[in-house]
Amino acid sequence: MSSMKVNIAGVELNNPVMTASGTFGSGMEYADFVDLNKLGGVITKGVANVPWQGNPTPRIAETYGGMINAVGLQNPGIDTFIERDIPFLQKYDCKTVINVCGRSTKDYIEVVEKLADQPIDMMEINISCPNVKEGGIAFGQNPKAVEEITREIKKYAKQPVIMKLSPNVTDITEIARAAECGGADALSLINTITGMRININRRTFAVANKTGGLSGPAIMPVAIRMVYQVANAVKLPVIGMGGISTASDAIEFLMAGATAICVGTANFNNPYATVEIVDGIKDFLEKNNIDDINDIIGCVK
Amino acid sequence: MADIDRVTATVDNISFIGSDVVDMWINCGDIVDKAKCGQFINIFCKGEGSLLPRPISICRIDKENKKLRVVFRVVGKGTKEFSEYKAGDCITIMGPLGNGFTLKDKKAIIIGGGIGIPPMLELSKQLQCEKSIVLGYRDELFLNTEFEAFGNVYISTEDGSCGTKGNVIDAIKANNIEADIIYACGPLPMLKGIKAYANEKGMEAQISMEERMACGIGACLACVCKSKDVDEHTKVNNKRVCKDGPVFDANEIEL
Repeated sequence: MSSMKVNIAGVELNNPVMTASGTFGSGMEYADFVDLNKLGGVITKGVANVPWQGNPTPRIAETYGGMINAVGLQNPGIDTFIERDIPFLQKYDCKTVINVCGRSTKDYIEVVEKLADQPIDMMEINISCPNVKEGGIAFGQNPKAVEEITREIKKYAKQPVIMKLSPNVTDITEIARAAECGGADALSLINTITGMRININRRTFAVANKTGGLSGPAIMPVAIRMVYQVANAVKLPVIGMGGISTASDAIEFLMAGATAICVGTANFNNPYATVEIVDGIKDFLEKNNIDDINDIIGCVK
Repeated sequence: MADIDRVTATVDNISFIGSDVVDMWINCGDIVDKAKCGQFINIFCKGEGSLLPRPISICRIDKENKKLRVVFRVVGKGTKEFSEYKAGDCITIMGPLGNGFTLKDKKAIIIGGGIGIPPMLELSKQLQCEKSIVLGYRDELFLNTEFEAFGNVYISTEDGSCGTKGNVIDAIKANNIEADIIYACGPLPMLKGIKAYANEKGMEAQISMEERMACGIGACLACVCKSKDVDEHTKVNNKRVCKDGPVFDANEIEL
C-alpha cells in the first residue's frame, strides 16, 4: 500500500486532498454524500469577525468549463463558527482548516485571536477574494501589504498560517516571496480569476456584482503554471487548486510542486468528487509502484 | 437512506408541449418515494462545458410507477440539451431538493405563472380541500387542461388571447375568487403582486422562489433571498433558496 500522507507546516494529512474554501460550506451539507474521514482536510468557507451579508443576487453564472461567482463572502461570523462549525468538524479524522476573511487588518486579527484556543489544525488567510470592496484582494495584490498582513497575523496565530494568493497579479512569485518574508507557514493558490459575463437579452451583467471570480476546469492550466512558479520560488509548502475535478488533474498539481490540493467547483458537478480523487490518486500510485506520494511532489522540474 | 440521492435515471418519455416547453417523465427509483410537491431535482448536463446542474421543479410524482415528471422551458444551453434527450437515455439527477409546500386544510387559491406552473400540478392533485386554480400565461397555454381534473381553472393571458387579459391577480379579481390561503410559483413580479394582494386580504401565502444555483444543497450560498429576520443558519438576513426554500411564507422574505 502506497503512503498517501503529506506534511504541511508540521501538520500531517492522511492524504493530500482538501476542499477549496467557499465550495464546501463547513462540510455539513456534503457529509450526506462523502465520508469526511476520507479527506485530508476540510478548508471552510471564509469567516469574518462578524456576520457578512454578501452580495446581491444573481451571484453566479456558468461559463464554458467553469463558472463565475460573486457571493461576496457571506458568512455567519466567527462566534457561530466556534459554536457550530468547528465542533462539527472535530468529529472527523480530517484536518480542520478555517479560512479567515476581513475588511481590515484589525478584522483578521480579531478572528485569528478567537481561533487561538480552538481545536483547529491550520488557518488559511484569504487576501485574494475578488468580490468584496474592502479587504480581500486589496491586500493580496501588493507585495508590501502581503508581507505586512502576514507578519501581523503571525503575531497572534497559534496554528500554522496559510496565505491564500490571488492569480490577479503581474508576478505571483513576488507576492509568494512577500508572504514568505512575512512569516507564512504555507501558501495556497490560486483563488479565482476575475471575470465578467453579459446577459445579452437583458443588457445587464450576468452577476449583480458586475465582476466575479472564474473557477472550474477552464482555469486549471493557469493554476498549474502558477503553482509550479511559486513552488520553485519559495521554500514553503504549496497547496494547489484551480479547476481540479479528477485524480489526474490533482496529480498534475502534485507533480508541479503542490504538497496538497483542493477540490472546489467540481463539488457542484459531482458531490463525490473529493473522495473519488482520493481513491484515484491511490490507484495511480499503486499502478505505478510508487510507495510514497511525496516521491511525485514536484517531480517535474 | 440518505435524504438526497444522486442517481442515474432514465428518460421514460419526452415531448414538446409548447413551442419551447418540454414535458419529460423520468424513471428514478427511490427519489420518487421521498419527493414532495414543491420540491425540485437537479439535472446534470452531459455537455463537456456545462458544469452546473439545472434545478428543475417536480411537476408530478408517480410513486406507483417510480416516475417523476418535469416540465421545463428551453432557456439556455442546459435545458436545450435536456430537450434533445430521447426515451431510454440515461441522465444523472439529484434530489429531492428543497422543502416543498406545506399543505393546509384551508380554502385555497393555487397560482402558477409561466414556467412556475408545473410544480402547481402535483400540489393541485394532492391538496384535497376546496380550491381554485389560477394560471397566468404570456400567450401560449400549456398544462392547463390537466389542471381541470383537480378544480376550477381560471386563466389569464398578457395578450388577452385566453381568459382574463392581464395577470393572475386580474383573473382573481375578475372572477371574484376568495380563499384563505394562496400557494404560488412564478416570476418575481408576480410573486410581489401576490404577496401584496395576500396581505391586503389578510391571507396566508406560500410562494416558491427561483434563483440561480450551484450546489443545490445549501453549501455554496449562491441562491440566497433576503429574509425579514436574521436567519438561524446564515446569521444574516439571507435564506438559502435551495435548502431553506424554495417555498417560503411570503412574509418571511423581502421581495
